[in-house]
Amino acid sequence: MPLLQVDRLSIGFGGIQALAGVRLTIDQEEILTVIGPNGSGKTTLFNCISGVYKPDAGEVNFEGESLLGLSPDLIAQRGIARTFQNLRLFLHMTVLDNLLLGRHIKFRRNPVHAFLRIRREELRHRGVVEEIIDFLDLQAYRQVRVSDCPYGVQKRVEMGRALAMEPRLLLLDEPIAGLTSEEKDETAYRITEIRGRYRTAILLVEHDLRIASKLADRMIALDYGKKIAQGTPEEVQKTPEVIKAYLGED
Amino acid sequence: MDLIESYKEELKLIRKPWTRVWVGAFVLLLILLPWFGPEHFTYTATVIFIYTVGVLGQNLLIGYTGQISFGQAGFLAIGAFTFGHLSRFGVPWPLALLGAGILAGLFGILVGFPSLRLKGPYLAIATLGFGIAVYQVFVNSELLSGGRMGLSIQKIEPVFGLSRITFNYYFNFLIALFFTLATYNIISSYMGRAFIAVRDNDIAAEVIGVNLARYKLLSFAISSFYTGVQGGLYGLFMGYLEPNMFTFMESITLFVAVIIGGLASVEGSIMGAAFVILVPQVFSEYREMVPVVYGVTILIVLIFEPLGLYGRWFKMRLYFRNWPFR
Repeated sequence: MPLLQVDRLSIGFGGIQALAGVRLTIDQEEILTVIGPNGSGKTTLFNCISGVYKPDAGEVNFEGESLLGLSPDLIAQRGIARTFQNLRLFLHMTVLDNLLLGRHIKFRRNPVHAFLRIRREELRHRGVVEEIIDFLDLQAYRQVRVSDCPYGVQKRVEMGRALAMEPRLLLLDEPIAGLTSEEKDETAYRITEIRGRYRTAILLVEHDLRIASKLADRMIALDYGKKIAQGTPEEVQKTPEVIKAYLGED
Repeated sequence: MDLIESYKEELKLIRKPWTRVWVGAFVLLLILLPWFGPEHFTYTATVIFIYTVGVLGQNLLIGYTGQISFGQAGFLAIGAFTFGHLSRFGVPWPLALLGAGILAGLFGILVGFPSLRLKGPYLAIATLGFGIAVYQVFVNSELLSGGRMGLSIQKIEPVFGLSRITFNYYFNFLIALFFTLATYNIISSYMGRAFIAVRDNDIAAEVIGVNLARYKLLSFAISSFYTGVQGGLYGLFMGYLEPNMFTFMESITLFVAVIIGGLASVEGSIMGAAFVILVPQVFSEYREMVPVVYGVTILIVLIFEPLGLYGRWFKMRLYFRNWPFR
């Protein structure tokens, strides 16, 4: 059984059909890359899976159970974490606190512990978070407010926050957009590392075709909310529809 | 030198030895105040302690969770009159105080429901309506308000041979201290982080698994619990209650204290409470000028020091920490 199964997913905003009958599946520990020109519905797909948007029609099944109608926080508790294309961090908190918030669903949330400063849980989760800080090379920024961090670091923090949730499916929305070429390679390397380390499947939206095809096990291409190609990265990039969508007709 | 060797060390309330020194000195000063300070200092400080409790609660709601409430006077009234009626039925004061907080907290959850849909000014108006409605109910119901003579409350008899004023001072000092520590604990726990997450970015908060509805309502509940306790303490301190103590001006006072003291800061809440009590005292001959002072100060604070008195204090400390190298 695939980990995630999206079937005939459709959603429209006013006159625009953002997704029209998209189907896809992801297996355990697979990296699936979604490509497509701007406005092709990639981010909308993410928003539907993570519960931010309610699709008009279709099915989203995760580990055999439907996610439709669940609020984003319940979907997060099922084991789906995501990052955002335009970062959504808690800007007034430190890097460490942002990562600890990623542990929120893993905390045994006992109000008595909060009032009386019982810190057993806190210490346990700090251990986990420190490992992620090491993995993402964020040591120097532990106690720095996120709003004071450079863009590349903020991107890493957001990825770290998602990792702290120990997800079984990680949705990464353009994780390397806006980074320097050095940071791009580092991030690409980390993404492959994540799969091995955290045993998670990754659904990736990416514009950089070079890195996208290097990372992906499989690739699908969207255009105007429709799936126009799927297969190995090479196959997808040779599909006439994909070439047409990216380069236009001759 | 700021070397931390374990996670536990990092979680300490006071980490630096110097901080310990000045906090210790400040607490010692407060403990000694009734013995050396003039009586009206002690009296004023007692009122500041009482207000601190409510301002802390209001700051949890506005400063940490980012939800606005102009209905605090309503929670104050509910807390105060609950306390009054319970103690008239012979309920011992600790239970009556708890009851005051809990009933105000329940109303807080009720008032919190609009916050699930409304933001900013719209929420402010919804809560404002609540504060005024509660006031009207008490004004128009002699059964609840205790009639024209008000509701008189049996004060606690001083122990250890202390004078009443000294006893009240220590009593409220300990309670304010308790609530201050509880607030520190809340904000440094998963709960406080979730509150800030709701404030900073509600979509991201939801996506990492924070239930928005639960934490908004929880924040309203805790904040109005604090305010209810403040109401109870105030009733106990004054010895009588009447609805006119809980006009809209009280909501404004608590709001002003939070903004001027410093949003999202425990120390700021205490400074803010001190500010709103001391200003009317300093301007006691020009009572009608007090709202003007509030208004002008808020403008000055928002323009020059958005972090409030706490922000100023923080920058001063930073300056002296680096002195003379800056």
